[in-house]
Amino acid sequence: MKLSKTLMVTSALTVAAAGGVYAAGHGMADSMTLVSWGGAYQSSQQKAYVEPYLAMNEGVTATWDESSAEAVAKLRAMNEAGNITWDLVDVVAADAIRLCDEGLAMEIDADELLAAAPDGTSAEDDFGDLLVSDCFIPQIVYSTTFGYRTDMVPEGVDAPSQICDVFDLEKYPGKRALEKRSINNMEWALLCDGVAKDDVYDVLETDEGQDQALAKLDTIKDEVIWWSAGADTPQLLADGEIFMGSTYNGRLFSVIEEQDQPVAMMWDAQIFDLDGWIIPEGLPEDRLARVKDFVTFATDTQRLADQSKYISYGPARQSSAPLVGQHADLGIDMAPHMPTDPENAKNTFLYNYEFWADYRDDIEAKFQAWLAQ
Amino acid sequence: MTDAANDPDKITGPTPDNAIRASEAAEATDGAGKVLAADGTPLKRSLNRALRAQKMRALMLVAPLLLFVLITFIAPIADMLFRSVENQIVRETLPRTVAALQDYDASGDEMPGDAAFEAAYYDIFFAAERKLHTRLGSRLNYEMTGASSLFRKSGRGLDDIGEVYQDQFEDLDEAWDEARPWAEMMGDPDWIAAQEAWSEDDGAMPRFELRDGVADVLPKTAEAYRLFARFMQVEEGDSPLEEEPWTVVHTALYQDITGGDISGYSGPGADRLAALAELVAGPDFETVRFQDAFEEIDEDWADPEIWKTIKTYAPAYTSGYFLNAVDAQKTADGPALRDEDERIYGLLFKRTLFMSMMITISCILLGYPVAYLLSNLPSRTANLLMILVLLPFWTSLLVRTSAWKVMLQQQGVINDVLVWLGLVGDADRLVMINNQFGTIVAMTHILLPFMILPMYSVMSTIPPSYVRAAKSLGATNWTTFWRVYFPQSVPGIGAGSILVFILAIGYYITPEIVGGTTGTFISNRIAYHISSSLNWGLAAALGAILLAAVLILYWAYDRIVGIDNVKLGG
Repeated sequence: MKLSKTLMVTSALTVAAAGGVYAAGHGMADSMTLVSWGGAYQSSQQKAYVEPYLAMNEGVTATWDESSAEAVAKLRAMNEAGNITWDLVDVVAADAIRLCDEGLAMEIDADELLAAAPDGTSAEDDFGDLLVSDCFIPQIVYSTTFGYRTDMVPEGVDAPSQICDVFDLEKYPGKRALEKRSINNMEWALLCDGVAKDDVYDVLETDEGQDQALAKLDTIKDEVIWWSAGADTPQLLADGEIFMGSTYNGRLFSVIEEQDQPVAMMWDAQIFDLDGWIIPEGLPEDRLARVKDFVTFATDTQRLADQSKYISYGPARQSSAPLVGQHADLGIDMAPHMPTDPENAKNTFLYNYEFWADYRDDIEAKFQAWLAQ
Repeated sequence: MTDAANDPDKITGPTPDNAIRASEAAEATDGAGKVLAADGTPLKRSLNRALRAQKMRALMLVAPLLLFVLITFIAPIADMLFRSVENQIVRETLPRTVAALQDYDASGDEMPGDAAFEAAYYDIFFAAERKLHTRLGSRLNYEMTGASSLFRKSGRGLDDIGEVYQDQFEDLDEAWDEARPWAEMMGDPDWIAAQEAWSEDDGAMPRFELRDGVADVLPKTAEAYRLFARFMQVEEGDSPLEEEPWTVVHTALYQDITGGDISGYSGPGADRLAALAELVAGPDFETVRFQDAFEEIDEDWADPEIWKTIKTYAPAYTSGYFLNAVDAQKTADGPALRDEDERIYGLLFKRTLFMSMMITISCILLGYPVAYLLSNLPSRTANLLMILVLLPFWTSLLVRTSAWKVMLQQQGVINDVLVWLGLVGDADRLVMINNQFGTIVAMTHILLPFMILPMYSVMSTIPPSYVRAAKSLGATNWTTFWRVYFPQSVPGIGAGSILVFILAIGYYITPEIVGGTTGTFISNRIAYHISSSLNWGLAAALGAILLAAVLILYWAYDRIVGIDNVKLGG
């Protein structure tokens, strides 16, 4: 008698609890695994939209996985194993294109999934050209550019201001840091080997052009430290190990403004790139519903503008640009530190996604062989 | 490390094994006189039963660990290594092309015939719809740089061929661009009825069936439409009754009309088809040659190279990855070395072996005196020293490696001290990191405990009385050490060396951080292929070679020094 009563009460409670959870979540899962890059960038995401979202949705939890650098490999492995453990993955546009081409990322309808701008502009128009792939939800515009030690500039010489100063070992002796991959380095090498900006990709398409770029890189190869993590160049600069090095502009901002190191930016021929979310293909319905709900919130106009309070990357929405304010801790205006600021963007180089989607495998294989020799 | 005294076959005395042998011997000499156990069963059977139970019990005891090792260690490794020969992707993605290239001579410089282009058109079109062509492109790019971009462009460009036909068909009759007339022409009436009656709550859609006889009159169209309809049903979850077919279906229809006799067709839309045949036969009908269309997409298709590559890598299993791993390449005339500027793996293997050797030698030189000291000091002091040896073990590997970065870099501690002492000019500080030197120093430090501990455990068992005896017989300190002490400590060196060498050869994280480009190991390359280039087959082949190298070295060590001489303790 007593036992059956207890049982009845327990089951009633269970049903009530289950019903409650269901009602609260509208069939949405109550946890998400977000994949990002770690460091300052991830914490800007955490502060700008993950924390507010969790505060609005009680009972929901978000877990970070700092695997964006290996996202393509891992998603492929998950797909083969038939067990997708990630809900939302932050990748650069080139990886998004690749994942989309292989059917590992879900195609989205921007207008349906993403919020419209406050003035009513549709998401598709608000993001504009930045929707470079059917699967890609852009968040930020960042640029890969150079920083240099101001105290290592030789006496009687102007501070470096041209991209080709990187290749000029006579005028600017010292070590350089370059990324351990072909993208960007090949373009800069060709630009400094006399190729006109508009012709770079036409030249790079040919075997001769690729050899030409590698030959140019050969002239500084002995003086180069190759980096693979975004934190390497800032570290090397702070230690005085290198004179100049390429990295993401937000990392340089943090070395210069937050850590107050004798480092300056060289914006010449900065290469714009995009970073954003993709939703993996094949999520179960409840998790997909949760992720869609989150992504709509996290990429609306205000949230993207908020993110630029914590890191100097430009928001991907046009409607967010006027809302960019001051740094959350330092209180300095962020606009002049954005790669898209007119003063910084006097000479920019447009990264060609389609070209790199097509030629990445080809050129990367050559570049890595060159590097290993 | 086998011990003769523990071998059940060599123990004398009343053991179960010996009893079985005794009973067998008795049977052999005297077939009738069986030895019986107390309960009357033959002794042999009774003993076997007892032994079997014992063995089962032993097996049950090790079963959890055995299963664990099998499932989590052996099986994944075997699966990964299997990828080094597996090559289904070409055959699965381009089945028609592979068949069309059956008789193609890949050793000559001939171009394949039109049939190959036609097959490639269908294959790549279907692959592009299923999003498989970029993967195949990446796969072939490992063998022929340029294949990746070629397949990507083709996946986009092949639509143009079908559009030429689609546009002309549509100009003649709108119905050629509508879903319903196509479905009625190609689909079984029963299926159409079932599909119409289907609603989302019914679960899976009724499987598309071709109409009886349509495949005889319009074979290519039927095949293309069937693939389209099934793709729509399974992948997209859309009804073929509402989706216009892919342009490849129009191309197929054009081919059926020109290639065969369609007058026998009497199904739905027969008059439309007849009108279409008339249009196609007309002088103004625009056609596309597959070969021309391919060459327009990319002139690489006009080069026999890509066709040779497809043909060479068509089999389901390939030695290509292994050849790649030794800087060779599969060609139509057999394996050949790659171009000079593409050979890197031989260099990396040699470098890995050389540096692991250097690390092992440095560990021996640094570790031996420490181990000697540890084993000869009073235990209180020895324990304290032991903690110092073990301390690095308790520190994260990354922290230790990063610490070496701080020590060795040009603005680092060592260089600063040298400059301060005036030994080195400020302008020419030593380069001690991002090269082989940095890797060897950091890894020697990290692997040193693996050398000291086995040495110590062997040395502590060497009785001090031997040394005293040698000295009392008049040996000098050096002779005593070299002739008496050292030979007894060799098993410790052996154990430490094997441990350090095998650990070093597969090390990844430290060379990655401090090795730059000249101080990296083959394992860094394997990691690159796993996570960046996604060439898992090559990574598996490199891993298999590395594994084989370790096993061969182990075997050689066993032959030369003898594995019985290796002692990890006592």
